[in-house]
Amino acid sequence: MSPLATALFGLAVLAGAVGLAAILTWFERRLLGVWQDRYGPNRLGPLGILQVVADMLKLLTKHDWVPPFADRVVFVFAPTAIVVAMLLGFAVVPFGEHLYLLDLNIGLLFFLGMTSLAVYSVLLGGLASNNKYALLGGLRSAAQMVSYEVFMGLSLMGVVMLTGSFSLRDIVLAQQDLWFCIPQVLGLYVFLVAGIAESHRLPFDLPEAEHELTAGFHTEYGGMKFAMFMLGEYLGLILICCMITTVFFGGWLGPWLPGPVWFALKTSLLICFFVLLRAAIPRPRYDQLMSLGWKYMLPLSLFNLVLTGAIALWLRGA
Amino acid sequence: MLKSLRSQLTTLWTILSHTFTRAETVQYPEQKPYLAPRYRGRIVLTRDPDGDERCVACNLCAVACPVDCIALQQDVREDGRWYPEFFRINFSRCILCGMCEEACPTNAIQLTPDFEMCEYDRNNMVYEKEHLLIDGPGKYPDYNFYRVSGLAISGKDKGEAQRELPPIDVKSLLP
Amino acid sequence: MATIRIDQQEYTVRDGDNLLQTCLSLGLDLPYFCWHPAMGSIGACRQCAVLQYQNEEDQRGRLVMGCMTPVSDGAIFSLQGDKAQRFRKTIVESLMLNHPHDCPVCAEGGECHLQDMTVMTGHRDRSYRGRKNTHRNQYLGPLIHHEMNRCITCYRCTRYYRDYAGGTDLAAMAAHDHIYFGRHEDGVLESEFAGNLVEVCPTGVFTDRQLVHQYTRKWDLQSAPSVCTACAVGCNIVVGERYGKVKRVHNRFNAEVNGYFLCDRGRFGAGFVNLESRLEFPALRRPDGRYDALDHHRALEHALRAMEAEKVAAVGSPRASVEANHLLRLLVGNARFYPGWSRGEQGAAIRAMELLRDTEATVPDLAQIETADAVLILGEDVTNTSPRVALSLRQAVRNRARDMAGELRLLPWQDAAIRNLAQDTRNPLHIAAVSNTRLDDVAASHTCLAPPDIARLGAAVLEELLPGEGQHFGDPTVDALAQQIARDLRQAKRPLIIAGAGYGNTTIMEMAAELAAALCHGGCEAMLSLCQGEANSMGLALLTGTGGARVHRLEDMIVQGDIDTLLVLENDVERRCSRRGFKLLRKHVKTLITLDSLDTATTSLSDLVLPTASFAESEGTLVNHAGRAQRYFPAFPPANERRPAWFWLLALAHERGIEATSRLHQFDEITRHCAASIPALAGITEAAPRSQFRAHGLRVPRQTHRYSGRTAMRAALSVHEPKQPQDEETPLAFSMEGSQRDTPGALLPYFWSPGWNSNQSLHRYQKAVGEPLRGGTAGSRLLYRQGHATLERAAMPGAFEPRENQWYLVPRHAIFGSDELSALSPPLRELTHPAWLEITPAAAQALQVIDGDGLIIENERLRGYRLEVRINPSLVAGCAAYSAGHAGTFGLLPGEWVTLQKDPDWQRREPAVIASDRGGVA
Repeated sequence: MSPLATALFGLAVLAGAVGLAAILTWFERRLLGVWQDRYGPNRLGPLGILQVVADMLKLLTKHDWVPPFADRVVFVFAPTAIVVAMLLGFAVVPFGEHLYLLDLNIGLLFFLGMTSLAVYSVLLGGLASNNKYALLGGLRSAAQMVSYEVFMGLSLMGVVMLTGSFSLRDIVLAQQDLWFCIPQVLGLYVFLVAGIAESHRLPFDLPEAEHELTAGFHTEYGGMKFAMFMLGEYLGLILICCMITTVFFGGWLGPWLPGPVWFALKTSLLICFFVLLRAAIPRPRYDQLMSLGWKYMLPLSLFNLVLTGAIALWLRGA
Repeated sequence: MLKSLRSQLTTLWTILSHTFTRAETVQYPEQKPYLAPRYRGRIVLTRDPDGDERCVACNLCAVACPVDCIALQQDVREDGRWYPEFFRINFSRCILCGMCEEACPTNAIQLTPDFEMCEYDRNNMVYEKEHLLIDGPGKYPDYNFYRVSGLAISGKDKGEAQRELPPIDVKSLLP
Repeated sequence: MATIRIDQQEYTVRDGDNLLQTCLSLGLDLPYFCWHPAMGSIGACRQCAVLQYQNEEDQRGRLVMGCMTPVSDGAIFSLQGDKAQRFRKTIVESLMLNHPHDCPVCAEGGECHLQDMTVMTGHRDRSYRGRKNTHRNQYLGPLIHHEMNRCITCYRCTRYYRDYAGGTDLAAMAAHDHIYFGRHEDGVLESEFAGNLVEVCPTGVFTDRQLVHQYTRKWDLQSAPSVCTACAVGCNIVVGERYGKVKRVHNRFNAEVNGYFLCDRGRFGAGFVNLESRLEFPALRRPDGRYDALDHHRALEHALRAMEAEKVAAVGSPRASVEANHLLRLLVGNARFYPGWSRGEQGAAIRAMELLRDTEATVPDLAQIETADAVLILGEDVTNTSPRVALSLRQAVRNRARDMAGELRLLPWQDAAIRNLAQDTRNPLHIAAVSNTRLDDVAASHTCLAPPDIARLGAAVLEELLPGEGQHFGDPTVDALAQQIARDLRQAKRPLIIAGAGYGNTTIMEMAAELAAALCHGGCEAMLSLCQGEANSMGLALLTGTGGARVHRLEDMIVQGDIDTLLVLENDVERRCSRRGFKLLRKHVKTLITLDSLDTATTSLSDLVLPTASFAESEGTLVNHAGRAQRYFPAFPPANERRPAWFWLLALAHERGIEATSRLHQFDEITRHCAASIPALAGITEAAPRSQFRAHGLRVPRQTHRYSGRTAMRAALSVHEPKQPQDEETPLAFSMEGSQRDTPGALLPYFWSPGWNSNQSLHRYQKAVGEPLRGGTAGSRLLYRQGHATLERAAMPGAFEPRENQWYLVPRHAIFGSDELSALSPPLRELTHPAWLEITPAAAQALQVIDGDGLIIENERLRGYRLEVRINPSLVAGCAAYSAGHAGTFGLLPGEWVTLQKDPDWQRREPAVIASDRGGVA
């Protein structure tokens, strides 16, 4: 692609991701409504889609307030970090065989790196607020990220072993015959769980935990700064879904339809699945979350790694 | 672990199956839901079957109120009935829990199936007795406290309440 | 000590107590009705039934009444036994047979012993389906409301009223189902202690008539520990407030002072706090005589400008706290501080203080008075000057009965047995007064003598005790009486001599002191009690000491124009000086500044009035007649620009730059400064804990934990709730948060304990039933026996010689009316009579007047006094008794000779129909 096309495509990805995230705020609420036997936002525009616009207007016109007791610079900086990190993550996502921004040979690592950066946003936001709830939320998110990052990476290593590459495009191409969701079913499971935790969505939204911590790390945030956090969260959700599609569900691969359509379809279904999780599964206690991570997920991902390695060696030997 | 996994998968499936069930909620302002008579909404003060106010200002509702949003002051009328000189409910504090109704020994205070009481000014959420008092007996059409109480009021002397004997003549020598 | 077993649990308890008392002391819940810690047991209600077992093998046990069963070593009881529980439940059910469905409209509801006991026994459903008995109520006066339907016939009312308080007009009438507790006909209850029926009655038969209107439940009252200001006895009270109004006064147990009971003056006399005529804002007099309201900044400015004048003097007050008087004295200097008594009062108060300070005898608290075994009252009508003392004296004369019971090894709580045994046998009580008194029915002798003769009687008794110069009375009957009195006193172990300032005669008090000293020398534990006039008379006497400026000097200075600015602290000068003196005050003083809570004659003359907080809204220390310093605390913050007197005075002192006050900012600091600078008052800091005191880290809450309506009380004004008022000056909080556990006695704002909502919960606060409070007894004694009384035998006073056509004035006190503030309380105002003059029938005949006519009183000093005549056959010939403290008798002095003549223009008063005479309902 020419540099101009790349730039235009980049802008398109940017706009698409942000736009999708915005629509997702409405879509998620509608979907939750369906599953919880109620309506959800249905008043503004067809099916209530203009709720997005209304929410946006509201958030934009809100008083842009920084609490006097907060660490001003960090407080303002924190919400932008999450959005930037998440958007950067999209750079390595291959939407189609030839539809991507970057084909880094360490694409997977880049993705992992970007999602890890997002933690700082939550952590700093929590600390800078100078508020007990925010601090607790920040602390929780730090511990949660540190724990779940470990096997998030490990769960993907099986795929890397089978592919022999960190490049996401190579990983997709390696799934021509069989999507990795079959041989790497354990990896998929672990990555799914870690992905939810990483994007701190329900049921693993302990940093926020409205019922215990008011609003967790963003207790003191309002207006656009709050919107940035929400944007970052939804971007994270889309990014994780894109990643799962790419790594485990053959990316753009599929019969009859063009690749990007397949990609979009698979990603949307995954998003719906994430919303379903939110609708169905209650939030665990914090110690349960930690013990799940360290006592089950980590051994499971290590087991997957060893098993994959053994099978790969056995296959190669055979 | 496997058991909980199974339970979670069942949960997911149950929720997913709700894709095809109808919404339980209604389109509220256009469509009004049915509220049972015992619904706990706006609080009213009711009247006896004979039309006099039921509240005897015993303060039990006030003390039962978990948010302390009821304040009143008792006084005695010329005819001997206890009544609230003022009776105030701060609905901006009220949680519509119905404890006052439970506590009321005269069935005076009752919760009604009306919850549409939003105001732009919080001061308008403070209801005084004239706002609370309604003209009927509410959910208990027959109860009349002074017909069972031993207190004499004008029109009901000692011994004229239900299941009471006429006053004893202390000076009588009859057994 | 005995070891007993109750429900398989061993307890070591005091031998000789009854089981009910023991259980309550141990903190066990055992229901009861007829028993009362101050009145003993009669076993009438059958409610405290428990099972007693013969021995270890006995499995069945037998039902005994807890209140009638003495505990003895090795006894085995069961409260929880099935049979006992069922029995108690059935008893409550039978007591409730005819109890009306009244709780919501009953003033006892929420603090009803019957409710508590019903819940405690577990009775819920009435199985009786028959019709209930009903009764007609009686009108018992403006103080007590009667609702006979509610009676459970426990007999506590008549036992209290007749046996304890000596009343005669309340009794049990008829029998079985017809039983009725009341008077023979409608009418005001005669006893001065009838108000205690409200607390004694376990249910709502007798309730506070004032509280039935604008009623507030106990849990809604914001209460504070306080001290009664209606007389010098200083009974401990609890003041309950709601919506900025004092709702009621209840007894606050103090083992050494008032115990379980108050007098009606104290209980119903706080109504003045609610008067519409209370001052709310500082007022500045305009030239046309009307007043402008100011805020306190401008008021202080005006006061300071007036105080810049050269000659500033101040008048203190025996009804203001020690602290306020102390600050006032600092403000103007010792030489220009006048204590605020009238001529007669000052001499009597100071002399009484000196006598008590120097006496060798014990200066008794009420509890000690109740232990006396022979009493001589010299010239004091205690029922009307220090009413609560009279109730204690009625108990003291019963000590003989207890001694007799002790000889037969009856236990002291076996009330009916002891009364039967003793019948009318009592310890000797001798009374010498100008006319009949309310204690005559229990007195061994009662003599009517003129005040100088009372002193002579004292001297005659002294002569019998310590034969000396042959000072005999002269009259053989009186001399025989003196012999009898001396014999009784000499035989007693704890003789008590009571005198007081009531007749304004210091010689009587000196005689009393000498008698006490003589008895002390005789080797017994003699007691001397001198009644004082007002709540803080003793405190003011200790503050000024012997050398205080005399009030007649103030009058002189006023006349000489030697005073430009006069500050008057909580004192109505009209009551203290002659009519002429009061007129001169306005004429010669350039600026008159008055601090008072009520609108009085003095405030109406003043150029600047600063509104002070009443005793229910401020803190202060009072010293009672026996020298006990006690602290009262505000029940609610003062409204508007009312401030405690000490607050105004401290602000003035700061602005004036008074060196001594520069370091004083808080109330406690004033108390400490006062204690440090006046040795006689050194003990006042011990009267109550300081403001930093915390129980378990928390302040003592004034509100109960059920206090209701917090978010709605103020909502009519604004829905935005203000912060709770903070109280920096005391350890109490205007809040329901805090701890009431282990609270010192001086800080207890109310009595409540789980399951015991009524005042019977008191026993949970006592070390054991009837004993002092666990947190310590409130107050601190300032007078200790110093034991170096000099026995200077005073010369025999001159005999009283009646004069032809002249009468000797003696003050006659009235329980309702003589005290300035309580007389303004609405219920007591109904019982207060307009000023009167008592004369003998012979005098009435000579003057040709009958009851209700008018008399003009005159002498060279007095002009224009007109009073209503009352004929008193028991009055001493030659004397005329005027109603002290009543409007119309101000300026009359005891011991003056006056001429009387019929007032031809007198309008006879119609028999007053008082407001609550409506009778019938409510």
